[in-house]
Amino acid sequence: MTASAPERTSTSRATGAAFIFKKALISALVALVLFSLMIGIRTEAGPTGQLIYWTRFGDLASMVAIVFGGSIVVELLRQWWGAAGTTIRVIPPPVQTTLAVAGRLVAPALLIFALLVPVIFYHQRYILDLGILVLTYVMLGWGLNIVVGLAGLLDLGYVAFYSVGAYSYALLSTNFDLSFWVCLPLAGILAAFWGVLLGFPVLRLRGDYLAIVTLAFGEIIRLVIINWQSLTGGPNGISGIPRPTFFGIPLTASDNGLAAKLGIPFSPTHRIVFLFYLILALALLTNWVTIRLRRLPIGRAWEALREDEVACRALGINTTTTKLTAFATGAMFGGFAGAFFATRQGFISPESFTFQESALVLAIVVLGGMGSQLGVALAALAMIGGFELFRGLEQFRMLVFGLAMVLLMIWRPRGLIGHRAPTVFLKQSQAISSDLVKEGHG
Amino acid sequence: MSGGDILSVDHLTMRFGGIVAVNDLSFAAGRGEITALIGPNGAGKTTVFNCVTGFYKPTSGAIRLTPANGTAIQLERLNDFRIARQAKVARTFQNIRLFPGMTALENLMVAQHNALMRASGLTFLGLIGAPSWRSAEKHAIDQAKLWLDRIGLLDRADDAAGNLPYGDQRRLEIARAMCTGPVLLCLDEPAAGLNARESAGLSELLLSIRADYGTSILLIEHDMSVVMEISDRIVVMDYGVKIAEGAPREVRDDPKVIAAYLGADEEEAIAVMESGT
Repeated sequence: MTASAPERTSTSRATGAAFIFKKALISALVALVLFSLMIGIRTEAGPTGQLIYWTRFGDLASMVAIVFGGSIVVELLRQWWGAAGTTIRVIPPPVQTTLAVAGRLVAPALLIFALLVPVIFYHQRYILDLGILVLTYVMLGWGLNIVVGLAGLLDLGYVAFYSVGAYSYALLSTNFDLSFWVCLPLAGILAAFWGVLLGFPVLRLRGDYLAIVTLAFGEIIRLVIINWQSLTGGPNGISGIPRPTFFGIPLTASDNGLAAKLGIPFSPTHRIVFLFYLILALALLTNWVTIRLRRLPIGRAWEALREDEVACRALGINTTTTKLTAFATGAMFGGFAGAFFATRQGFISPESFTFQESALVLAIVVLGGMGSQLGVALAALAMIGGFELFRGLEQFRMLVFGLAMVLLMIWRPRGLIGHRAPTVFLKQSQAISSDLVKEGHG
Repeated sequence: MSGGDILSVDHLTMRFGGIVAVNDLSFAAGRGEITALIGPNGAGKTTVFNCVTGFYKPTSGAIRLTPANGTAIQLERLNDFRIARQAKVARTFQNIRLFPGMTALENLMVAQHNALMRASGLTFLGLIGAPSWRSAEKHAIDQAKLWLDRIGLLDRADDAAGNLPYGDQRRLEIARAMCTGPVLLCLDEPAAGLNARESAGLSELLLSIRADYGTSILLIEHDMSVVMEISDRIVVMDYGVKIAEGAPREVRDDPKVIAAYLGADEEEAIAVMESGT
């Protein structure tokens, strides 16, 4: 048994190499055919209108070589990371264990890094702003994860709750002078209320139909905001939204500001750092609640609902209330995030709440791996941070971004972290392969 | 055992458009007994099951459940999940419906949802980790362990249900139904796809469930060795109507049943149909 094991590994490695080589060759061939005309020959209209052309075989050869090499790299990575369906694994077991250990350290490392970001990048306002943006999307992703990842209800209108939260805070604070800390729970409650309102009509719908109705709901909310000018200011939005206070102490240069009270010189960065920690706390609250809920009967019922709705009903689970609580909980965190968004921006308008936002948050959840908290956080970091990273590429930004998403879906069809962690175990918690976990169908 | 009928189905009719799946069916299932519902494919057995468990609303007829210490419940007026929750009728499915991406233990925890939901104070007590919730959760895990042990899956408690062998999945589904604490357990072809040894084990399991919990069992089954061995009463259906009812021995020798299963000459069949309806 032990003697034959290395032998078997070496043979599988050999087939793996041949397999990869063959695949790369095919890719290179396809590239050659495709690019021979696109790159190999360049045509242009000459000065007298005639067609002139010249060949660029050097460029063509390098392009094909890139495809060949890239294909090998892609295939290697694919086998290393172990996408679904690949039987040949080249990666040696010690590396696998190292990767597993490293994988376990990712979440604590990320958390510590997030806590230290304002310290490390105190003088880089851009990084702090980006960090706040990323964390906002992490929170939105975690909120939507409850609906899509756990309960398996495809929601394309999540931005509706984000906007309800933002407008709740904006209107309550500008009209009634309520503080951020009073408005925050109210925004969450109002968003949850709208979540339930949305939930009721869509309870009977499944899959694509559910997605379409939620999509429409997101648009309805936006259109109502645009057209209800007397309340929401219509397309002009609401400006002058109060900034958050440090539990009543404003973060301003005035005499009763926090800086003056602490006896330190005022800096506008204080507010940014405060906002950073505020959204970090809100995101971590979302995470904590989600993790807790998963281990409670309601969370298990959500996941069971995603797995098999009929079986749920046979076990006496009220699927109506279960779906509604999922919608409401997800919406509540969307509302919190919305209130934060309003207080950070100081100005909101319907333009911030388009379908694109819903799609972005959904993409984060799907890329991250539905149901995985860490995966969603990583995906938010990659999507929002990565998008900023490619800013230098200008018009190619979308191209690179699209390519990255396609590649990710090839390697990890079920998202960065596709497997599911059990909520309760007797002896040992074993990750459940994504092949077994259902995606839900409404 | 305590006598009387736990379930009585009166003049149950179920139509799907022009098709009459169940036609004026009346039968009863005794308390603490194992009642088998048999018949050829397409006889309407699963439809009866779906009516009893509330997945279908019967076109007409009454389904009454009489628990040992309670008033009768008219099942045809309740929704599927209310039947499971209030009337305590649990069921399994012909094609196994476990939660494949959840572990065996989790499957049994989901089955105890309603009790746990109350214990967790509708989630709020559970969220803050109240001691009452902790003890309730521990109790639920113990209950799940007990059932896993009973069906011989304690070692595989942390494996995904979808990864278990077929026979284990069948037994896990029964255990999951039992974790809801039912008074009536409805099993839709529990022995389908099992080998002879597994079937024998299933018979044993069902008999022990009845002996230990007094749970009445209603089962649909094609495996005659199981049916004949464990049932107290057998109801035979064909083309949506009852053609025979009685103890295993009586049913086995009934010419109408034999005709339904083995086929009969045309004249014989007509005679059977006339005398049957």
